[in-house]
Amino acid sequence: MKRLSKYRRHPLAAALVIGLGLLLVGSIYAFATPAAPAEASNARNQAVQEGRQMFLKGCSSCHGLNAEGTKIAPSLIGVGAASVDFQVGTGRMPMADASVQAMAKTPQYSPTETMALAEYIASLAPGPAIPSQESLNYSRDGNLAQGGALFRTNCAMCHNFAGQGGALSQGKYAASLMGVPPQKIYEAMITGPQSMPVFGDRSLTPLQKLSIIKWLKNAENEKAQGGIALGKVGPVTEGLLVWTLGLGLLIGAAVWLGAKSK
Amino acid sequence: MSDHSQGEIEPFSDPGLPAHVHRRADHDPVAEKRAERQVATLFVISALSTIAFIVSFVGIRSDQYIFLPLFGTTNAQQLALGIFFALALSAIGFGAVHWAKTLMPDTEQVDLRHTMRSAEVDRRELAATFDDGARDSGIGRRSLIKRTLGAALALITISPLILLRDLGPLPRKQLEHTNWQKGSRLITDPGGIALKAADLQVGGVAHVLPELPNGRHQTLDDLTRDAVLVIRLRPEDLHLNAERTNWTHDGIIAFSKLCTHMGCAVGLYEQRTHHLLCPCHQSTFDVTTGASVIFGPAARPLPQLAITVDSEGYLVAQHGFTEAVGPSFWERSV
Repeated sequence: MKRLSKYRRHPLAAALVIGLGLLLVGSIYAFATPAAPAEASNARNQAVQEGRQMFLKGCSSCHGLNAEGTKIAPSLIGVGAASVDFQVGTGRMPMADASVQAMAKTPQYSPTETMALAEYIASLAPGPAIPSQESLNYSRDGNLAQGGALFRTNCAMCHNFAGQGGALSQGKYAASLMGVPPQKIYEAMITGPQSMPVFGDRSLTPLQKLSIIKWLKNAENEKAQGGIALGKVGPVTEGLLVWTLGLGLLIGAAVWLGAKSK
Repeated sequence: MSDHSQGEIEPFSDPGLPAHVHRRADHDPVAEKRAERQVATLFVISALSTIAFIVSFVGIRSDQYIFLPLFGTTNAQQLALGIFFALALSAIGFGAVHWAKTLMPDTEQVDLRHTMRSAEVDRRELAATFDDGARDSGIGRRSLIKRTLGAALALITISPLILLRDLGPLPRKQLEHTNWQKGSRLITDPGGIALKAADLQVGGVAHVLPELPNGRHQTLDDLTRDAVLVIRLRPEDLHLNAERTNWTHDGIIAFSKLCTHMGCAVGLYEQRTHHLLCPCHQSTFDVTTGASVIFGPAARPLPQLAITVDSEGYLVAQHGFTEAVGPSFWERSV
């Protein structure tokens, strides 16, 4: 230390310190950000290309070669990555047949393939992006009571008061919301798949959407207090059970009462 | 004809009642003992069930849940209470009926009907008692009491008639006015966020209420009249006359949410068909033609709310509803 400190007033000392400092900062900077943006954009371009190839093979026969839509399927320009992740990630797309509604089934594309398709569609025009997992911390950010109120006003008329789903017109239906991953629920709200309307970020703020998801997850785990829940669809199944099983038992008892004993 | 008279058909003889067949327990002591044991067993099952009912009330925690196939996860205590109480009650019933059917006498008995008229003596006695009572009360003599009692009895019949007044008064004009007026902003329900035109994408909906002056909040009474559904379509999808087109803004159209049939909240909007469905009786309204009825029992289109944007870009009402919202009532003008 003493030997070093005797040079501190040397004319070259300042230049040397500054030079060393610059070298250090420069090398740290070069080390910490090694061409990351370029590589990421390369990967993205590659995904877009892969997605385009998959789109041409699997989707273009209905949605058109440039996703511009045809008579039998809507345009996908501007629907966004969230829409692809919802439709393909839940197996609704590709459709099994040209029925009135695409049904949820085992996804036909792997998660990586779905991401590539989403990248391709998102590259066509800006649209809703896939919500990140950390933005979906509904148990921390959601408000259960508010979620219930929002659900009853905005969702319950189609999806049933307990999220069990329900019938629409001409064979269409609102799907059950039980067991649907939070990300998919969120994507459905921002993209409005099929018959469902879009709930934008002002008509339902992101926090309100998380509240709805929190309420749904709570409803999912709600235990039946009084025996069989009978699908939680209210008086229809309950009445059916009483009129068939209940009355059947009463008729059986009446027959037994009237029968002569041997 | 002649064939028949020659053929002389033998008339059927009255077969009478079938012979009475006695039960096994009536002549077989073993069967009798068995029936007795069966009845006793049913009563014992009932007694044990009642004990089990008490035990489950005391012994099972009320927050204990069990999983049963077909039933799902269910509350153990409620389930046990229900099952054991049903067993306790029905076993008594089944035991009593089984007892009557197998062991009580099964001889057939005839009960002859008799006239409904009481014996002449009894009738005279009753009339005499009534006359005595009337004379003792002095009702014929004390005309003041007779008249006041008559008035009191006549008046008391009016009370139930007075209560019928609660069926009214008729709504008159009050159902024709909502809180929507010129310049009311559209705020989301629940949430209370004022909406701008850009906040609704094509295919988007929002359930809205009017922003009330002086920061007043909606009461439940307000909600029953003010609820509005605002929808955005592509402007070219709307097929409205010039006036109604003026009531929309860039494809954004607003309707009262109250069904014109029974007043349920019409909330099921199918984005692709542009149909609005009422969940109660399946009335279906076509949004593109101003919510005209295309199916179901509703008689009139949903009232449309005229909207526009104010200088700050917020969606506002041009004026209140031009007709009464909700179902029909007697004095409805349109």
